[in-house]
Amino acid sequence: MTCREFIEFLMEYLDGQLPAEQRSVFDAHLEECPTCVEYLKSYQQSVELCRAACECSADEPPPEAPEQLVQAVLAARRGQMSDE
Amino acid sequence: METAGTSSLELDPAGADEVRLIESIRAGDDAAFSDVVRRFGGRMLAVARRFLHHEQDAQDAVQDAFLSAFKSIDQFQGQARLGTWLHRIVVNASLMKLRSQRRRPERAIEDLLPKFKEDGHRTDAATVWAVTFDTTVADHETREVVRRCIENLPESHRTVLLLRDIEERSTEETAELLGISPGAVKTRLHRARQALRTLLDPYMRGATV
Repeated sequence: MTCREFIEFLMEYLDGQLPAEQRSVFDAHLEECPTCVEYLKSYQQSVELCRAACECSADEPPPEAPEQLVQAVLAARRGQMSDE
Repeated sequence: METAGTSSLELDPAGADEVRLIESIRAGDDAAFSDVVRRFGGRMLAVARRFLHHEQDAQDAVQDAFLSAFKSIDQFQGQARLGTWLHRIVVNASLMKLRSQRRRPERAIEDLLPKFKEDGHRTDAATVWAVTFDTTVADHETREVVRRCIENLPESHRTVLLLRDIEERSTEETAELLGISPGAVKTRLHRARQALRTLLDPYMRGATV
């Protein structure tokens, strides 16, 4: 197996969607390829970081709506009511 | 645009405070509308900004989402939290906004994918990330770097990443929302993750982005 093939099917490998036979080929590649071992780790970390970065955190207060947006929504809502 | 009040993701019942607020909105109470916009508008804008680069587009999507929600407030059943319901509506409003825009030329995703030699092996040696997820997750600076890297992904791939990995929509739902095949969703998601890894690499190896 080449690194190109490993990376091409990495998502299926991590999702457990590969047949057992193919999975063992992947495992064997990982035994002998430190580059792909580190790639796999950093790929998983990227997904975790992506999720964490978009969650609200204790040290980041919920963002406030800009006042002009609040006023725009309320004005549009009044327009919506008068149209109905 | 989705405005229905039920979803497999929305299992928490609304609290008593929210029930009163929703009743006031149904009764047409101006103060209740204002309260909802102030309470949830900032978080909704943060969601819209992930999908839409331009601030005005993001604010327009939030406005569209609120108007849609107010119009269909009678459909809100209360099985969900109001915030969860509004969140889903603003995601859909953002996608509608994206669809209505002319596609801009975007950076080729291939530039951000790993490079290989002719024999199929990597051109670069193993690179170990000095900064680990555990040490960085609570770090405000790192979260900012990650958000910036997500923003720099090509739009067609960023949208799939946001829907699958952040919004936790299924492959099939994402495909339906974007009008592409489930296979294309899987391909774009894998490429988007690889591209994000490439963009994060200098920072995570210890350099400054």
